[in-house]
Parts: sequence; C-alpha cells; structure tokens
Amino acid sequence: MPTQEQQNSRSQTSQKEEMILKAEDVTVYYDDFAALRGVYMDIPRNQVTALIGPSGCGKSTLLRCFNRLNDLIDGCRVEGKVIYRDKNLYSDNIDAVEVRRRIGMVFQKPNPFPKSIYENIAYGARINGYKDNMDDLVEKSLRQAAIWDEVKDKLKQNGLSLSGGQQQRLCIARAVALKPDVVLMDEPCSSLDPVSTSKVEDLIHELKEEYTIVIVTHNMQQASRVADMTAFFNAEEGESGNRFGYLVEYDRTEDIFENPQEESTKSYVGGHFG
Amino acid sequence: MSSSAVNSQTDNKNRSSTEKSLDSSFIWLTRILSFLVAAVLLWIAIRVGLQAIPAIQEFGWSFMTGSSWNPPEQQYAILPMIYGTIVSSLIALLIAFPIGVACAIVLSENFLPQSVRRILVFLVELLAAIPSVVYGLWGIYVLIPFLKPIGSWLHQNLGWFPLFSTQYVGPGMLPAGIILSIMILPIITAISRDSLASLPPELRSGSYAVGSTRWQTIFSILIPAAFSGIVGGTMLALGRALGETMAATLVIGNSNALNFSVLAPANTIASLMANQFSEASGLQRDSLMYAGLILFAITLVVNIIAELIIQKVKKY
Repeated sequence: MPTQEQQNSRSQTSQKEEMILKAEDVTVYYDDFAALRGVYMDIPRNQVTALIGPSGCGKSTLLRCFNRLNDLIDGCRVEGKVIYRDKNLYSDNIDAVEVRRRIGMVFQKPNPFPKSIYENIAYGARINGYKDNMDDLVEKSLRQAAIWDEVKDKLKQNGLSLSGGQQQRLCIARAVALKPDVVLMDEPCSSLDPVSTSKVEDLIHELKEEYTIVIVTHNMQQASRVADMTAFFNAEEGESGNRFGYLVEYDRTEDIFENPQEESTKSYVGGHFG
Repeated sequence: MSSSAVNSQTDNKNRSSTEKSLDSSFIWLTRILSFLVAAVLLWIAIRVGLQAIPAIQEFGWSFMTGSSWNPPEQQYAILPMIYGTIVSSLIALLIAFPIGVACAIVLSENFLPQSVRRILVFLVELLAAIPSVVYGLWGIYVLIPFLKPIGSWLHQNLGWFPLFSTQYVGPGMLPAGIILSIMILPIITAISRDSLASLPPELRSGSYAVGSTRWQTIFSILIPAAFSGIVGGTMLALGRALGETMAATLVIGNSNALNFSVLAPANTIASLMANQFSEASGLQRDSLMYAGLILFAITLVVNIIAELIIQKVKKY
C-alpha cells in the first residue's frame, strides 16, 4: 500500500488543471468495518477520470461518496473529507439533496423512472426549480445524450418501454438535464450490448466538453478508451478476514497502462488478475 | 467394456417412465385443482341464481329501486340496503386508504429501526386475525359510546348537510363504516407495503440522484410506481368491506328504511341476509337469495374495475 506522500507527490505532477473534487483521507465504514481506506485523490475539471480495480476494491463506494449517495445505505459512515469547490461535502451544514443537484449520477443498471420519456427528463428539472421552456430542455438533453432521433416521436411513451441501451442514454439525458458540474457513472455499460456501449462511450467523449466525468468501470479497454486520468484500486484481506479496498495508483491513463509504478497495477492492467 | 460403461452412463441420464408420468400427473393435478376453485364459484352463483328466480320473476328491476322491505305484505325491495352497503364501505375506504398507505410508507421506509418496524408489521397483521364478532362487540360497547359526542356535534353544526341530517342515536352507518375501516386496514397496509418494498432499489437511488428529497421520492416516484399494487390491495379491501356481515350487523342498527344520514341506523345486504335467513321461507327466502345475487354482482363489478385500473397503470 503506497504511502500518503507518494500519492500526494504523484498527483502534484498533474496539478496544472483546476481540481473540482478532492478526496482527502476518505475512509468508508460499513457498520464497524472500514471497507475503503485512506483515499487521497483529486479529480480534474472537464476531464474523464476512471476508477478501475477488482471486485470489492471500493471503487463504487468511493463514487457514491462524491454525491453522498452512501447516505442511503444503513450503517454506512464516511470519514475524511470530500472537497467540492472548497466545501467539504461531509460537513454538517451541507445538504445532501443540494449536493446531488450539482453532482449527477448514472447507474450500473439503467433505472429510468416508470414515467413517460418526457417526464423522465422534466421531473428532475422541475424539482430543481427549472422555470424556462421545458420542451426545449427535454429536447436539448435528449440530443446531448444522442437519443433524440430515436425517441422524438414517442415522448409520451413509458421510459421502461425502451431497450436497455436507450434506457441508459435516457438516464444520461436525465442527469445532464440538471446541468450538473460533475456526472458520476457507475459501470454505465456493464449491462449493455457492444453497440450501445460504443454509443455511450462516444457520448462520454462529447460530454466532457461541458462536464467533469468520473466513471467506474470493470472494463480496462473502456478505461483506456475514454479516460484522461485513471485510478487503480486494489483489495486486501483485512484483520477480520473481510476484504477492504484502497487506492494503489492514480495517474494519467497512458502512464497507468503503459508505465505503471506499482507491481499490482502492472499485473492488473496486464490482465494477470482481477 | 468401454461401450457398456458409456451405455450405463446414458441409461442414468434417461429418466424413467414412472418419473415422467409423475411429472404429467402433477401438471394434471394442479390443473384440476385450479379448475375446481372456478367450479365452486360457478356452482355457488348458479345455486343462488336458481333460488332467486321466483323473486326475480316477481319483482324484476324494481327490487333494486324500491325501498320497502315488508314481509307481512310479501313486499320486498333492497335499495336502502344497497345504499347502506355501498356507503358504509366507502366510509371505510375513505378512512382506511390514507391510514393504510401511510402505514405502508412507514413500514417500507427506514424512518424507524428495523426491530420496531417488524413489531408494527406484526401488530397490523394481528388486526386481520381478530374475529369479526369481536369487532362488532367492541363497536357496541366502545365505539358507539365514544362516537356519541362527535355524532352530536356533527348533527348540531352540520345538520343542514343531508349526510348529518338526523340525531346520533348510536348504531348506524358511521360506526359501521369505522369498524369496517379498521377491519380492512391490514389488507391495504400489507399489500401496499409489499408493492412498495418490491420496487427495485435502483429506482430509489435514481430519484435521489436527481436531487429529490425523501418526500419527493416517496410521493412522485415510489407511490406512482407501486400504484397498481396499492389499488389492487384497496379493491381487495373494498370487496371485504362490501361483504362483511357479523361486525356490520352488530353496529349498523338494521333499519330497512332509506335514510341518507350517516348518523341514522341503516342496513347492508349481507347484514339483512344474516338477520332474516333463519325465519324466512317462500318468497322472503327467494328475495334474500336475489339480494345475495346482487351483492355478488356488486363485488364482481368492483373487482373488474380494479383489474382494469391495474392493467392501465401497471408499471412494475
């Protein structure tokens, strides 16, 4: 497990860009067990940052710290700081609902609301206090998510009537309709076929012009295709026999894949385990 | 030798004819049993219908529109009881629906620790296990006296409104509706809770992720998504309320006169039948059968409407 200074010095090298999210010594407990330990990590603005690693390494857990979605899990507790625009998201005066209005999320399994396609977009906008022309927003968001042409004639249909890949792009449209700063993606392609996957990946490339994207993926090719920065997490057997995760190495994607510093990173990206 | 080994292996993989015939007899058994249920229902409907024929021939449609039930003169009509059945059930639904859905929300969300919720679920289900005669007696000795000041207040202050236009005399539509509401509460709660709890967890996360508050998530996403289950439970509960006999007959006052006031004594179809069957004969008994047939039809209509609503809004 690399020391804190190592991690800090590594991230210093790439700190020319503005950092929008910073994890500072983040440790996540499920009940009494620290499932993810001591993560320091800076997420640069308007770039795609990928979190990779074997199952149980805590990459999704970390992602859910960035919009406080871990709050929903009974017995989950976060220590350390997550700094977003100079504010600690876990300090007492921060409202988790407001955090989620600025930091959107796309999930592993497409989860459109059981409402019409139009309402799927409009619902979030409305509760966020959007007052302008709703039709325009719906069209713009669906265009941004590259699904407008497929659904423009059936906006009244239930979102669940779409195919899996379309549902996932609808969920992306739903997230970008809120004009968030950051879009978190938790293995967004893991339940999609290859064609839909490549559509979503193209979309990620386009979206980073406007948004910061943090993506968790099991697929290393995907990380190398879409990400500017990549963080490799690993899991280790803890004192009670439970596995806990930690950040091994975080650097530019080319460096992680071509010139990794840590032995475990090298064997993971080389396909030797995980 | 090697070929015999292969043979014995394939023999093991072939299923014996006994096993196959067991399979098909099991399928037939389930088929027969399920048709048996439908057959019993049909049989009851036909028997009741046949028994009712003399009364149907005698009174026809006027049986449902007239309002005098007069055994000495062999004059029978059940409009007051149809009114009583529907209104007492609607009162029950009006009270039990919001409370039942609220219970279901509390029991499916984590407002309370799991251990407390488990006890609450058990207690609500226990409500369903209380015999209806106990509800009826509780109604006579506790609920009717308890409602006296409320009933009097309603009549004094809102007496101009037809529903409160008579004195509170004790047994009547209002206590019957309230008793029924308690009896159907567990049905609404249990089914609504099940349908809320069976929603995929991603739906909840998705709603929070677009910045919904907990209330917005519950009322705008979860309840609409579970709506078909909630309606289904409510209609099942309504069916129970329409047909409930013992508790209703003890507290409703068994008055066969038509009165719009919920404070006045009234009667339901099921209660009428229970009260009069033992000493009825001839046309009176046939008329009670006719009344039973109409109750049958009312519950059938309720269930068809429920099915239509569920089909229309089904989402999960």
